[in-house]
Amino acid sequence: MTTPLTLFIPRDAAARSVGADAVARAVAAEGERRGLDLTIIRTGSRGLFWLEPLVEVVRDGVRYGFGPVTPDAVSGLLAGVAAGRDDHPTALGPVEAIPYLARQRRITFARCGLADPLDLDAYRTLGGLKGLHAAARLSPEAIVDAVTESGLRGRGGAGFPAGIKWKTVLQQPDAPKYVCCNADEGDSGTFADRMLMEGDPFTLLEGMAIAGMATGATQGFVYVRSEYPAAIATLSAALAVWRRHGLLGADILGSGRAFDITLRRGAGAYICGEESAMLESLEGKRGQVRIKPPIPAIAGLFGRPTVVNNVLTLATVPMILAAAGGETPPYQTLGVGRSTGTQAFQLAGNIRHGGLVELPFGVSLRTLIEAFGGGTRSGRPVRAVQVGGPLGAFLPAGALDVPMTYEALAEAGAMLGHGGIVVFDDTVDMAAQAEFSFHFCAEESCGKCTPCRIGAVRGAETVAKIRRGQEVEANLTLVADLCELMTDGSLCAMGGLTPMPVLSAIRHFPEDFRAQPPTAAHPHLEEVTP
Amino acid sequence: MAQAWGTLHPPTPQPVSAAACPDIATLCARHGGRADAVIEVLLDLQHAKGCVSDADVAAVALALNLSRAEVHGVRSFYTDLTPEPVAHRRIRLCRAEACQSVGAERLRVALEVRLGTAIDQAGPDAEVALETVYCLGNCALGPGVMVGDRLVGRATVDRVLAALPAGEDGDP
Ligand SMILES: Cc1cc2nc3c(=O)[nH]c(=O)nc-3n(C[C@H](O)[C@H](O)[C@H](O)COP(=O)(O)O)c2cc1C
Ligand code: SF4
Ligand code: FES
Repeated sequence: MTTPLTLFIPRDAAARSVGADAVARAVAAEGERRGLDLTIIRTGSRGLFWLEPLVEVVRDGVRYGFGPVTPDAVSGLLAGVAAGRDDHPTALGPVEAIPYLARQRRITFARCGLADPLDLDAYRTLGGLKGLHAAARLSPEAIVDAVTESGLRGRGGAGFPAGIKWKTVLQQPDAPKYVCCNADEGDSGTFADRMLMEGDPFTLLEGMAIAGMATGATQGFVYVRSEYPAAIATLSAALAVWRRHGLLGADILGSGRAFDITLRRGAGAYICGEESAMLESLEGKRGQVRIKPPIPAIAGLFGRPTVVNNVLTLATVPMILAAAGGETPPYQTLGVGRSTGTQAFQLAGNIRHGGLVELPFGVSLRTLIEAFGGGTRSGRPVRAVQVGGPLGAFLPAGALDVPMTYEALAEAGAMLGHGGIVVFDDTVDMAAQAEFSFHFCAEESCGKCTPCRIGAVRGAETVAKIRRGQEVEANLTLVADLCELMTDGSLCAMGGLTPMPVLSAIRHFPEDFRAQPPTAAHPHLEEVTP
Repeated sequence: MAQAWGTLHPPTPQPVSAAACPDIATLCARHGGRADAVIEVLLDLQHAKGCVSDADVAAVALALNLSRAEVHGVRSFYTDLTPEPVAHRRIRLCRAEACQSVGAERLRVALEVRLGTAIDQAGPDAEVALETVYCLGNCALGPGVMVGDRLVGRATVDRVLAALPAGEDGDP
């Protein structure tokens, strides 16, 4: 009989997109062939995506990493591991010591990638449910105070303080109240919500249950985009586990408070990430933006008081409550100024080491892209970086020293959004990107207001003319006017912020908007606009 | 919709499979007959039948006590819901910014040539449909492509085509 071996292989969709299932099958087959006593645990991802499929093997209580592993490499890998060696070409040493991970400060993602995401015992062992137990002993007001004191701000994009939103809901006399988790994550360059829902879904459910206890809401909804089938499957399995263990229902942990959660799928509409459009969609309607006021905290889902929070906002709450009164430093001591806590930065696009980097606010964009990201995947110089999704600004390579805080980014004419960072190398055509920004807005506009619905179409046409060298100066003036109109006259940030990527592209990369055919200046140019 | 919040929301039912799609009344009952679950019901139908037909719109409206215009309005708003059948085999190519930065448009052209079909132009009886999607949440491993329900990272024409025949589980 050989010594038992435990291996961890991610089941995260991104890891599977580069072969994690095939590796897991190869490991099982090879283990059988060699007569090894293997336990394979499928986990979430650590978020070091360039190392996926990342296989971890436990030895003396330490997890050793191997990656990226191909099915062909499995035989040699297992032979070495079984013989107690650590010299396979894919060997990375102890996973926790890989600098990319070791230099992070994981709080929201502390558990992600460590265990089978549906194993409730493992969840407890890793500190799960501590926050919910703590909340069950507190009054609603005390829970709200703890969240307010933590300084936690909304991670969906707007950065509104979570505690203040919860307090408003708590103060409403109306019942029932709702907690709606925004898991529509439509921004290009973002995948943190997906990673958490697939890798540590119980943390999200725990955060929602705490939000329910804090505000008196009895029903929760998670609104997940349909482009995330794996997250939908994992969440729905997680809900079944929680229901089976009495963690959802009439009396949560003997607190006397009821809470249940229903999963709802989106149906392919970016605008349903905007909170009021999401609420319309949850009511079974077209996803059109509502006029504010009233705010959802006062009149939200079905006209009732509603907490709307992003996945990461809710998933951070259990950590905050679990830490309260404990030995770990409080959440609000992390970060800079009013940008408190940690942010899950997502390194995406043309980047060598793409993945999730959770760090306190204040780290520079350059550190993220260079020290963590390792520069571009193509090996060419960085030319532009879009921060904060399709409505976020493009920053030039010379502006990378900006500290990543809400305030510093706003000063630089940019925004953090959901923390997505998309890197482009020097082959990018920024006029094509500006045209795409308008085009995306035109495609995804809910159609409720004219500046956005018509403006975006006109904007895309006008930038296309500029790219063809037609009346460039006059058309640039027209774009500026359109942008002003959209900024001032749009009902929501879809139309209101589309000018941000467009104008930042024109401001920082004027040479791409000159009257010559862009292909002459950029031989590597590819057509971007659909 | 006034009463919608009054009754309890039933636990999340598992999405239906194409093989075993119950009739519309049963589908609606799975969601407690709640009008706010109309999108869930339409998605179930879309997955099972490849479209939401006009007859289905009428039947769902009846079952959920909505007007036909309301259900029609929902179907026309959401990209995932289509009146005409979509191809059985779908290749959805991410064309959002992060994937653009690593050659999504080059991949689009290559796929169009290889499949002999223009993107977003497949007719109702196309063998394979190539479709635009904006972000699949795999932006660190782009270009991202979804073949059926299966994500292909760092996609190339060969890796996409290799994923095509099975389209359900396993890896490229
Ligand atoms: C066009 C648009 C798209 C949005 N998409 C999302 C999204 O996908 N996920 C999200 O959490 N918030 C999104 N938001 C922000 C939400 O409206 C809202 O601010 C957020 O869900 C509130 O939660 P938070 O305070 O926890 O961030 C979007 C906003 C706009 C204008
Ligand atoms: S700005 Fe665009 S998306 Fe927002 S409400 Fe107006 S039309 Fe709809
Ligand atoms: S932008 Fe293509 S997967 Fe996110």
